[in-house]
Amino acid sequence: MRKFLPPLIPFVVITLALEWMVRSGLVPSYLVPAPSAVLRALLDNREELAAAMTKTSAAALIGFALSTLAGVAIAVLLSSSRAIQRALYPYAVFFQTVPIIAIAPLLVIWFGYGMKTVVASAFIVSIFPVIANTLTGLLSTDPALRDLFRLYGASPAITLVKLRFPAALPQILTGLRVASGLAVIGAIVGEFIGGEGLGSVVDIARTQQRVDKVFAAVLLASALGLALFGLINLISALTLRRWHASEQLQ
Amino acid sequence: MINTSGTKTTRGVALRLERVRRVFDNKFVVIEGMDLRIDAGEFLAVLGPSGCGKSTLLRMIARLAAPDDGRIIAEPEQFQTAFVFQDAHLLPWRTVLNNAALPLELMGIGREDRNAKARTALAQVGLAEAEDRYPAQLSGGMRMRVSLARALVTDPRLLLMDEPFAALDEITRFNLEVQLRELWQRRGMTVIFVTHSISEAAFLANRAVVLARRKGRIKLDRRLDLPPERTNDLRSDPRLGYEMKLLMGAMEEE
Ligand SMILES: Nc1ncnc2c1ncn2[C@@H]1O[C@H](COP(=O)(O)OP(=O)(O)OP(=O)(O)O)[C@@H](O)[C@H]1O
Ligand SMILES: [Mg+2]
Repeated sequence: MRKFLPPLIPFVVITLALEWMVRSGLVPSYLVPAPSAVLRALLDNREELAAAMTKTSAAALIGFALSTLAGVAIAVLLSSSRAIQRALYPYAVFFQTVPIIAIAPLLVIWFGYGMKTVVASAFIVSIFPVIANTLTGLLSTDPALRDLFRLYGASPAITLVKLRFPAALPQILTGLRVASGLAVIGAIVGEFIGGEGLGSVVDIARTQQRVDKVFAAVLLASALGLALFGLINLISALTLRRWHASEQLQ
Repeated sequence: MINTSGTKTTRGVALRLERVRRVFDNKFVVIEGMDLRIDAGEFLAVLGPSGCGKSTLLRMIARLAAPDDGRIIAEPEQFQTAFVFQDAHLLPWRTVLNNAALPLELMGIGREDRNAKARTALAQVGLAEAEDRYPAQLSGGMRMRVSLARALVTDPRLLLMDEPFAALDEITRFNLEVQLRELWQRRGMTVIFVTHSISEAAFLANRAVVLARRKGRIKLDRRLDLPPERTNDLRSDPRLGYEMKLLMGAMEEE
């Protein structure tokens, strides 16, 4: 509880302040809805929003899972030789710089309108941090420990499984933390252009000037991002609690 | 064969370095023309200023790097080497037992067998009680003991140590030195011990080599005239003081 209290205080203060500013007419309600109006929009549209939330969550989770698998696999490949790394890393950077909003219409052409496009969008924006962090982790293995493994005749595959991969785990999890937030953003952008979910709810509500509903959907999207982030932190705490200083539970 | 310490069988490796040379980046000569014979079962301390090539020498002897010229001949040819670094370098995700058993695991030895051997090695360094703990839960001295157990678990015939106790407080270091000396007397392996500490070199070794700042030139090679039993009492013995004075003299001259 002590952990949740500090971030809760600014939330309550801002919510109350916003409510007061809108009610007193300081901020027009067609620009920023009163928190009470957002809550009403959440309740009034609960079925539509719940269905949208389910779709967005599924797409973001699948995109994130694919990024994790493919990102780690690509990083392992890149770390296997300097030559491969030189040849392929620039293409991995492509994923970081790709303007997803410009690519999304292409995705609709390739994958059609629906879930596949949304998943692809979530995947594309979230894979780079997984590749970059995993690669850094795999390349920064303690040289003394590499010597030790060599001394006892360990093969490269055994060294990867028993040394380099576990040693890189804290960095891999850092990559996954960043990727989890990006996967939600990628899914929303995908839904804006070619799918159904919170993204399309935002898009439609916007054209209808329903700022309260836009805010309700945005709130749910943030909640989704937070939940994913929390999940990674939980996995992190469970796997690293015994050995990584920053994860030591007091 | 009976070696200097009186152990019955000599299990150690004999080494012969002939005109060994090591160059970095094609121009930076760290070791040049080094000749050195190390008898089986010897406890050799290597002293020298920082950057003179002590670690480089150990890595070559461990066959982790090859000399650029000259050769290192070992008798017997095939043997198990163990390496202990300045810091413990344990795997933080493994328990003490699994850290100590790691070398055997990498050599493909079954769980039962390797755990039994790891327990024996841990008992020898006084860590029998800690086998289920993780490195983060140990003190620096305990971690170094695990590292030592990990080196001993394969029953190596050559033990290479690169400033293993430099990061420890003096009392812990004194006790580990006594333990190491006992282990060596019991097992009769060859030990090459790199250190910056003149008192440590004199206390532990049967023979000490002092390297010059440049090109790994051997400035002093001395058989220490000290009793085989090394207990903490020896630390105030004038004979130890005499050996330290000789080593210090060699370290200081240029
Ligand atoms: N991989 C390397 N590439 C280039 N130079 C190196 C490399 N390894 C060591 N050197 C250089 O070789 C010299 C000897 O290094 P080495 O580590 O053997 O010294 P050392 O005697 O062990 O020193 P210390 O007592 O500080 O540990 C140093 O000048 C170092 O900079
Ligand atoms: Mg060194």
